[in-house]
Amino acid sequence: MLKALKARIQQKYRTVPFPKGKGVVPPLLRAKPEIKSAKCSHCGKCADACPTQALALQQNGPTIDAGLCLFCGECAAVCPSKAITFTNDFRLAANSKDALVFPSGHKLAQPLKPELLKLFARSLKLRQVSAGGCGACEADTNVLSTVVFDLARFGVQFVASPRHADGLLITGPVTKNMESALLDTYNALPEPKIVIAVGACAISGGMFCGHNETAGIPGNIPVSLYVPGCPPHPLTILDGILRLLGQMPRGR
Amino acid sequence: MNANPARFALRDIPRLPLSAFRAGVIGAVKEGKTLLALCAMPAGQNMILCAALGLRRKGEIEIVLSEPVGDSYPALTPDCPQAHLFEREIAEQYDIRPEGHPWLKPVRFHQPRRQGASVFPGAPRPGVCDYFAMSGESVHEVAVGPVHAGIIEPGHFRFQCNGEHVFHLEIELGYQHRGIETALAANPKRRLFYMEAAAGDTTIAHTTAYCRALQALSGASADERTDALRAAALELERLANHTGDLGAMAGDIGYLPTMSFCGRLRGDYLNMTALLCGSRFGRGLFGEKGAKHELSIDTASELLNRLSRTARDTETAIDLLWDTPSVLARFEETGKLAPQIARQLGLVGPAARACGMKLDARRDFPTGYYSKNPLEPALCHTGDVYARARVRWLEIRNSLETVQRAAQQAVGPLEPEDTGSLAPESMAVALEEGWRGEICHLARTDKNGLLDFYKVTDPSFKNWAGLAMSLRDQQVSDFPLCNKSFNLSYCGHDL
Repeated sequence: MLKALKARIQQKYRTVPFPKGKGVVPPLLRAKPEIKSAKCSHCGKCADACPTQALALQQNGPTIDAGLCLFCGECAAVCPSKAITFTNDFRLAANSKDALVFPSGHKLAQPLKPELLKLFARSLKLRQVSAGGCGACEADTNVLSTVVFDLARFGVQFVASPRHADGLLITGPVTKNMESALLDTYNALPEPKIVIAVGACAISGGMFCGHNETAGIPGNIPVSLYVPGCPPHPLTILDGILRLLGQMPRGR
Repeated sequence: MNANPARFALRDIPRLPLSAFRAGVIGAVKEGKTLLALCAMPAGQNMILCAALGLRRKGEIEIVLSEPVGDSYPALTPDCPQAHLFEREIAEQYDIRPEGHPWLKPVRFHQPRRQGASVFPGAPRPGVCDYFAMSGESVHEVAVGPVHAGIIEPGHFRFQCNGEHVFHLEIELGYQHRGIETALAANPKRRLFYMEAAAGDTTIAHTTAYCRALQALSGASADERTDALRAAALELERLANHTGDLGAMAGDIGYLPTMSFCGRLRGDYLNMTALLCGSRFGRGLFGEKGAKHELSIDTASELLNRLSRTARDTETAIDLLWDTPSVLARFEETGKLAPQIARQLGLVGPAARACGMKLDARRDFPTGYYSKNPLEPALCHTGDVYARARVRWLEIRNSLETVQRAAQQAVGPLEPEDTGSLAPESMAVALEEGWRGEICHLARTDKNGLLDFYKVTDPSFKNWAGLAMSLRDQQVSDFPLCNKSFNLSYCGHDL
């Protein structure tokens, strides 16, 4: 017992000061893309390099659909005029797929409608379903419950049963073999309910888009929050959830 | 005969008549060789069988091919249990019936790649086929999944029990099948990313195995600093996962101090990988032409500083397990797997080493850094949850040392590895010791030097049967702990 207490003292207080602080991420993290259209020479190398066709070369330069992007950085690496860079600004989550298109379409997530916010802002129980996820999105979602991010301090918790949940957090491209189980889980959630799609796979199929084996989130499941990344950094997920719940400090 | 990563010219590989192929593989495994992979593959208009075998004490890999098979062949499994899941896979992928297979069921529930014997007619769905069943007055069945009570991948588990007592557990997967193997050959631009996501917590090991296969096929020489960086990253991956697993095992028995400490420490190791390349899972660290990020002297010293701090905290966090009677009481004698069963099933990785099987690809088939820095596998002998936990702890200590040394050797400019053109009509086998065990990648090129067949064998593919066997005569309530002590990949199995 004493040894455990001594260990507890050695391990220290480890919860990150977010959202009060800005949140520390690795310097090399590839997150929010920055596109300088004026520099673009329209050589098309970026579009050729993109493994998922997230990057499209338009008349006035490249656009990146963050919902399909693997954040692999191949486009930035091949661009001869350095028109594309991936910054480590992790704030990416949005309310719609259209709001994930860089540079001009991106719009950070807004809070839920007032009637839902009244119910969920201070207590949101989520049921997570992995439907073909590789384990990376799941791991970076799971980590939110550790002492580092301490998700429970925001009133958000992952629960074991869909019957106890207010929302569904989906990861993975939704394989055909998981489609009906996902739908059953969604239907088992009591109304009103929200859905969060985490990772490129869940949003668009990601690297598996076009595969016969994947189906995507069924069209009749409405999604309130899209968190892009492959996988998203845990802070990207947390940032998105807090924005959705209106818990992000003003001006952030 | 060839060392890892091994390359073979197709014309030099013996093509045995089916009876000789069958006898040869069964005999080789009886002599102690490991069945690294067994599969069917197209050869012109025909289908042939292919086996990759490894001789550990000499570090040699061999491939044998069969003459064309029709729509069926006599199964190897009755004489070679290691082949059981591979043969179910052959039946599902290419619709070839292994006659006499004792438990012929789909593995991943997908359409066959060719039409043959209609082994599984009518597109079976996971969760709705026949299961091993018992009958009797007080015998009952417990079905769990695919959706589980936590943030975890999907799979279906059927327990045959009497009250809490488990007679048998059948594990059915396939829910995670994303079609990676077939897409690999068809979509070269995404190939690296499929490797990174084959099992998202094993990115470095799968990517490395893929790069090694390309090195073998292209004859490219590996850059020494890149190899040191590969070793450092591979061991960081092992550290993160082993630490996380020990924390999760503590959580499953309600011992919260180690659970919460390890939850944070796991993230610290992931963040060290992110320091190298920006991604906590090592995405974008390696590519077909070697490493994409050099290790500067400043980054290396930051890494080593963090490593020594985290190592100290890891030691205190995990040490609590071995000193707490309530932990030991739950770990010891739970989920015990007999060594002979583990051997028959061909288990790999920590689960095998916990049964006293001295095997580790880093020692048996060393490449790069490990060829110059031999490693002694961590062993335990009791085969229970305790042994699987203990082996992880011993490996954590080894990995800490390896990262420290390898990172120092990795500092400096890196040479690109020229894997651009692959030898035509060749095969390659690459083995890598991921944190779950031995990963085997098998590749083949066509007459133009393009990959036309690729097979990934994740250690989970071999070890799920071990988890099922470890549950025999246990309690249903022991399942979460046993499951966590194996912590196998669903998507690595389903691909």
